[in-house]
Order: sequence, then C-alpha cells, then structure tokens
Amino acid sequence: MTAPLLKLTNVNKSFGPIDVLFDISLDVKAGEILCLLGDNGAGKSTLIKILSGVHKATSGTVEMSGKTVVFNSPRDASDHGIATVHQFGGTFPLMSIGRSFFVGEEPKKGWGPFKRLDRKRANEIAVKAVRDLGITRIDDGDRLVGGLSGGERQALAIARAVHFGASVLILDEPTAALGVKEAAHVLRIVLQARQRGIAVIFITHNVIHALTVGDHFAVLIKGAKAADFRKGEKTREEITDLMAGGEHMAELEAEIASYMATHDGHPPPSVG
Amino acid sequence: MNKQSQRPSLGSLLRRPETGSFLGLVTVFAFFAVFGGANFVSATGAASWLNVAASLGIVALPIGLLMIAGELDISIGSMVPAGSMTVAIVSGHYHAPILVGIIAALAIGAVVGFINGLLVIRTAVPSFIVTLGTLFAVAGLTLGLSVLLTGTTSVSIKAGPEAKWLLGQFIGGTFQVTIFWWIAAALIFGFILHDSHYGNWILAMGGDKVSARNAGIPTERMTILLFMCSSVSAAFVGLSQAILYNSAQVSSGQSYIFNAIIAVVVGGVLLTGGYGSVFGIVLGTLTFAIVNQGIYYTGFDANWASLIIGILLLLAVLMNNTFRKLALAYTPGRGKTHK
Repeated sequence: MTAPLLKLTNVNKSFGPIDVLFDISLDVKAGEILCLLGDNGAGKSTLIKILSGVHKATSGTVEMSGKTVVFNSPRDASDHGIATVHQFGGTFPLMSIGRSFFVGEEPKKGWGPFKRLDRKRANEIAVKAVRDLGITRIDDGDRLVGGLSGGERQALAIARAVHFGASVLILDEPTAALGVKEAAHVLRIVLQARQRGIAVIFITHNVIHALTVGDHFAVLIKGAKAADFRKGEKTREEITDLMAGGEHMAELEAEIASYMATHDGHPPPSVG
Repeated sequence: MNKQSQRPSLGSLLRRPETGSFLGLVTVFAFFAVFGGANFVSATGAASWLNVAASLGIVALPIGLLMIAGELDISIGSMVPAGSMTVAIVSGHYHAPILVGIIAALAIGAVVGFINGLLVIRTAVPSFIVTLGTLFAVAGLTLGLSVLLTGTTSVSIKAGPEAKWLLGQFIGGTFQVTIFWWIAAALIFGFILHDSHYGNWILAMGGDKVSARNAGIPTERMTILLFMCSSVSAAFVGLSQAILYNSAQVSSGQSYIFNAIIAVVVGGVLLTGGYGSVFGIVLGTLTFAIVNQGIYYTGFDANWASLIIGILLLLAVLMNNTFRKLALAYTPGRGKTHK
C-alpha cells in the first residue's frame, strides 16, 4: 500500500466557544476517491475550508505525503497541489473560457512592458483541456463561462485544476445542482481525474453518486466522523440510515405505518 | 441546446460589450446632425464636443476600469479642481517652474488615490462611501488651503510656451490638445484591459473578488493602483484645464462625477463589474459629449439635454442587461470576435 497523499489526524475546529469538528481523521491516496457524506450542517464545508487553506484547524495535523503542512492561505494550499472546485464551478460568468481558465496564471507573449496576454494559446489550451475530459460541445475559448451548463462549468473547473497540476482535488457538491444526465457526465469526469492519479475528495449528500464513484467513504454527523468504510462494505440503505437524514426518514416511515395500522389502512391526510 | 443565435456575425457582434453604446452613438449623432444642421458637423462643431469628450474621457477611462473591477471613485469630483489649484498655486501664485506644479498636482492625485484604495481594502466599506468621504475632504482641503495660501478661491497661472504646447493649446484654433492625451490614454488603458494580463485580473476582480484572490491575484495592490490611476487622471485633467484657461477655480469639477459614470455606463460597463471594454467607454464618452454640446446647435432649449442624457442612461442600463443575457446565451462557436 502506498502512503496516503493527504492525511488528517485528530483535526478539531472551534469557532470561539462553538465546536464544529471533533477529532476527524481521514486519509486519501493518489488515484483514489474519498467520498465525504453528511447532511447539511454536518461540518463538511468547514472541513473543506481547512483543507483548502481558508481556515486553520484548532488542533490536529494535516500531512501531505507524510510531511506535516500548515496552510496559511488558499494560495498556500493550492501551491501544495490542493485544488477546490465549488458547486457552481466557474465563478467568473462574464469572462471567456480561455481568460477564466488562466486567471492568475496568464500565458504571456511579447517583450518587456509590452508583454501581452496570449489569448490564442489560452483559448487553445483551455478548450483542449476541457475536451480531453470528454466535453466536446466546447470548441470556442471565447465563449463566456456563464453561457455554459452547470456540468460544463464543473468540467471546466476540474480541467483547470488538473491542468495546473493539482494532486488533491476537492469537489464540493459537484452534482447537487445538476440534472441526472449532467451529473452522470460529471461523475465520469471525476473517474477520469482518479485515473490520472489524482486523489479526489468528493463531498456530496447524494448516496447514489457517492457509491457510483467512491473507493472509500466517510460519513460526518454533527462534526464527528460516524463511519469510515471502503467500497462494498455497506449497502446504500445502511449509508442513508447512517446520515442524519436516515434516522429521521425511518422515524417518519414508522409514524406513517402506525397511523395506517390504526386507521384501516388509510395514510395520514397530509401524506396521502 | 441554445440554437437561436446561429448567425455567427450577428451573434458575435451582439455579445461585445460596446455594441449597445455604438448604436447609441450613431442614433445620437444622426439626431443632432439632422437637427443641428451644418454647424454641428463642421470642424468647429466637432471640436466643441470633442473637447468636452477629451477631458471627460481621460477621467472616464480609469473610472471605467475601476467599475469593471467592481469599485467606484467619486472623489474625482474634487480631484479635478484640486489638480487645477495645485498647479496654479505652485506655479502661478508662488512662481515655481511649471514642471514642479505639474508634478505636485499629479503627486497629490497619487496620494489621494492611495488613501482611497487603502481605505477601501482595509475597511471593506463600499468604495462609494469611502470616496464620498474623500470627495468632501479633498474639496474642503482645496478650499481651505487656497484661501489660507492665496487669500482667494481663484488663482491665475501663466504657463510657458512648452507647457502650453503640450497641455493647453488649441490646434487649428479650436481643437484642444487634450484630445490627443485622451487618445493616448485610451490606447494605454485599452492595452491594459484587453491585452495585458492585468486586464484579466481586473475582469476577475469584478467577477468575484474572493475567487480572484484565491487564484493568486494581488487584489489589494490592484485596487490601490486603480484608485491611484483615477485620482492621477483627474488631477491631470485639472492641471491641463488650468494651463489651458490660465486660471483655476476651487469649485469646477463636481460635474465630472456623474458625467464620468454616465459615460462609462452608456459605454456598456456593467454596474456590477466584471464586464466592459475601453472602446465602449470611449463611445459612451463621445455620446455624452455630443448630447451635451449638440443641443446648442439645435433650436431646442439647452435644458432638454439633461432629459436626453437621462433617457440615454436608462436605455443603456436596460440594454446592458439585455446584451449581457445575449452574451451568456451565446452557444455556437464560429467567428472569432472577442479581441
């Protein structure tokens, strides 16, 4: 077994008196997809922010390839090869694909003070990077990012991370706002990123999406890790039950069942 | 998916930020060419609106860049007279060499711009409020210091022939030399916004400042630099006006605030930032100047000019939204357009 690319040991995070994360230990290897499951408010976003350098852990360590690292800024995290892609992907809707792809890393040509942005090269590289991920509908780097579909924007953001050499890719609810077809497309791209040897942390509350691509799963409940298991060790129902929503859904089902039992098989009026 | 914009020439034209402003300019020009008659299209007529456009344009360009980056600077309304008064007091009242006066005026512009930028990034107060504060502060300082140092609010200045030639001459008796400074400024700002990587940073900052910073853009330094650009440009306009008219007044710049914003918005820059072009800002400035001056060539009362400008501004804002939607809906990828 290879050493984990990214490893968290006993990470705690509090905001003043409020404890948000308790003793989180996780690891993810190169070429592996770790699915982080959890209901809203389970602490997923805080965990992402610690990994992407927005927040610092109150205690505990973060290691990359065996070395302890401390991220002082998002830039710091990305210099270590951690790329975060948020739900809506490209955040510059009014910029062209080529321009937004290279924000902060613009390719230049020319000399001295007359160095110009190499728009042609930027467009070519961006379009090629996206097409390599299977989005063939994009063929013009001058198109505005805002004109792309949600899935295409995710693909663009992932392509950008891959292009700039990310070794850890954090995907924050990449499929949440997408239709079924688009989500499948994004999942395929996630698998491609894994194939290239990238460690992927896939945050979602969609159990089906997680089971489709994940190698390794962790469930967060109220800031603590409630379960940590590998592919094939738990069924979909078990995972759903594990997530906070599962218990509540079971409760609701039980309530409906007992109502029907006492009312000649009629469902409750508000449900039926 | 989106098939309605299959005609590449039209589709690609429509998604340029300056399309709306170009249509506006053509309409306004045609209107005044018809109602203003031969005088409006004569050299004197052209000079009258080009002169107005030039000094407004030099201020509007950096304001436009600021607005594309998601900020606003209204302190220019005080920086124009502050620039005038500085050069007039230093070189007129105290008889220092004109170069010293010019450098002093530009330096004050740089300092005010630096303070604006610093306050905006340090306090996170909207730049409208910050620069509203410096607008009044600089106005008060200009008035107070002028009275303290010279005893009056209007100082005359006699510039030498070189300074006159560079900054204050009328070419052919009617065209202010400022027009050439405006053209130069447009070329420089055009290069910065559209060709250099700084332009990419400015667009990204206007699109989403947090993401821009996360992508490694020095957003704070850029913000300060942009505010310095607008203040220095305003001071430049002020000092060149003083040299042109041989005198400076304390209160002569407030109209620049709204006029510059109107020129920029009519030029297709989105108020929310992240979108716009230098060519559009130039067109917006020309449109404003044509309406402002063209009215005198028609038989109409000059008061109607404000009505036209108001309607133009409203139309521009509505059109900008429409053009932005068209730009976003644009799907097919033929025809290279966006330069």
